[in-house]
Amino acid sequence: MRNPTAPLQTGRRAPLPERQGSAAARVGAGAATPGGAVFVLVAVLVVAIIVANPNFGDPGALIRFAGRTAPIAIAAMGQYFVIVSGEFDLSMGAVVTTQVVMAGNLIGQDESRIAPVMALMLLVGTAIGVVNGLVTTLLKVPSFIVTLGMMLALSGLVRYLTGGAATGNPVDAFRQIGRGGIEDVPVVDIIPYPLIILTVLAVLAVLLMRRPYGRSLIAAGDNPEAAHLSGVSLWWLKTRAFVLSSLAATIAGIILVGYAGVHPSVGQGYEFTAITAVVLGGVLLGGGRGWVLSAAAGAFSLELLFVLLTSLGVPSTWRDTVQGLIIIVAVAAASRAWQVGRRPRRTAQAPHPEPTASSTPTPDPGTTTGEK
Amino acid sequence: MNRRLTSTGIVYAVLLLSLVVGAVLTATAGRNFFSTGNISAILTATSILGFIAIGQTLVILVGSLDLSVPYVVSLTSLVGGTVMGGQSGNIVAGLLAALAVAAVIGIANGLVVSLLHVHGFIATLGMGLVVSGYLATNYQGSAGSAPRDFRLIGATQIGPVPLSTLIMLGTAGAAILLLRRTRLGHHLYAVGGNTDVARMSGLRTSVPVVAAHVLCSVLAGLAGLLLLARLSVGSPTIGSQGGYDLMSIAAVVLGGTLLAGGKGNILGTLAGVGIFAVMDNVMSVMSVNPFLKDVIRGLVIVVAVAVYARRELERRPARFERPSTLQAALEEAK
Repeated sequence: MRNPTAPLQTGRRAPLPERQGSAAARVGAGAATPGGAVFVLVAVLVVAIIVANPNFGDPGALIRFAGRTAPIAIAAMGQYFVIVSGEFDLSMGAVVTTQVVMAGNLIGQDESRIAPVMALMLLVGTAIGVVNGLVTTLLKVPSFIVTLGMMLALSGLVRYLTGGAATGNPVDAFRQIGRGGIEDVPVVDIIPYPLIILTVLAVLAVLLMRRPYGRSLIAAGDNPEAAHLSGVSLWWLKTRAFVLSSLAATIAGIILVGYAGVHPSVGQGYEFTAITAVVLGGVLLGGGRGWVLSAAAGAFSLELLFVLLTSLGVPSTWRDTVQGLIIIVAVAAASRAWQVGRRPRRTAQAPHPEPTASSTPTPDPGTTTGEK
Repeated sequence: MNRRLTSTGIVYAVLLLSLVVGAVLTATAGRNFFSTGNISAILTATSILGFIAIGQTLVILVGSLDLSVPYVVSLTSLVGGTVMGGQSGNIVAGLLAALAVAAVIGIANGLVVSLLHVHGFIATLGMGLVVSGYLATNYQGSAGSAPRDFRLIGATQIGPVPLSTLIMLGTAGAAILLLRRTRLGHHLYAVGGNTDVARMSGLRTSVPVVAAHVLCSVLAGLAGLLLLARLSVGSPTIGSQGGYDLMSIAAVVLGGTLLAGGKGNILGTLAGVGIFAVMDNVMSVMSVNPFLKDVIRGLVIVVAVAVYARRELERRPARFERPSTLQAALEEAK
């Protein structure tokens, strides 16, 4: 007769699948998951673009491209936190707009105001995230609706206050954050500030996802009930995810002021682009699966795709169509891969219990529900 | 059983409340809310969003979403308009062509969702982008024209009730019958509630998903044709301007349908559409700044859903019920 606790008594357990094999084998296995495949996709796209347009291979051009893509990658990482916990943030684009317009109008031509206004922007971003999170978790309104309402409210307010036209022009020192960089660097010529910000944030995000917070966030996305029963306070966990998302949108907004200027249309559609990037990065909508850097890589692959289309001479009007097809194909492939990846593990963990001779209704000592 | 209001009941209470508040506010602006002109204006406003929201309800019930509706609306208005080309004899051909295009998009959506296992959000977002790229490439501006006979559909009124609203209500009735009386309708609820359980009970889970997506696209196509009848030309931006994707989802959720699927009904959705129409009407009468309208809309959506989202959860039965008396007796016997 099999004892249900037998595997625990044998002492050492088999290593987790992620820890098996040599380092090279592990990288190979990782690249086969949707979260790893996106890095392969980025590499393939870069090579394809360089073949189509050799100028893109110049290190200076590459790093400028990376700098341009940084805000959307940052937004995607913010959206990742929300999506991996099983929610949506549709208010992201409106938050970007709000922050851009705030920066434009409050900073003006006064350099001394940069620091206080930036603090205020971060504060506003935090407040928006807290509201999104609390309404979602405590009032139990689906996050799709909460953030949709927030999007309508914020974008309506911004357009009401600005009259729908471009207003305000922040001082050049502030725009340098998005536009400038460390100059006179050998080989690459310039390291854009946005790229530095992105790198710092990416490192912080990876560290955060390795901490208990990140682990419980993924657990909450995978199975909120189990996470709750194991002592996670769901409302506080998810609220912090929403705050991270609006803060990411705020930082993306600060960078975007640099080269997009101040206009109520900056940031429009950012939420869908960010969600697309996250999903391209192999993160599962509905939560519980995916890596934060894959989300950033998803943003890069999306932008690279546009560059590739441009350098192939595809009319810009077809961009949407190609983007739509790519998303569908990528997600279809990813969902298949996650399923294939799960199947053997699941059967290994749950072997069919052998029918015992004494199948009288004696309750199993390990279960409380009494079901066999 | 204590008789508490069902969620649909609450939605209608909210609709009633918005009517009362609307009447009072309109009166303070010195206008009559219940004048024939105003009532028919409100009813006209419900028809377009009504069609789309009915379709969206079916899709949401089955556990998916449809973000491609605005582009379907634009595309069908263009296809219908160009096929009709101002000739009364081509009306039927135009209708069929437009609805066939919509149905093909719906089938594609449904197959991607059910067979490729792509989340409805992404599948229809992608399909919407595909159609939007096609629209941007092939149509630079308005195209086609609706013949006079077809324009009458948009202009005819029976008493204060526009014909378009009657068609919409008829469609709603058909959808209600579909959900309550047909096998397909029950399967929609079953698959939306729990796909795995539905499959293990012997359903082909892909059939209801595809059917819901096709119906949703065809209804969006009807909305596009109605817009064509009103504007008399097809326009490539008419759908995305209206924001029909998110507004229809909001109306459905406002009507008490669970976004996760499996629970909800058409009546609630109609009330949700009605609330939006009354709100918009009152705000235009009060000449509220159009940008502020969005702010108010956003707040109302969140607050209204918050009111009953919590009740729904309270009413949900406990997960682990206490053992029944029979089980307790059995335990005792041992």
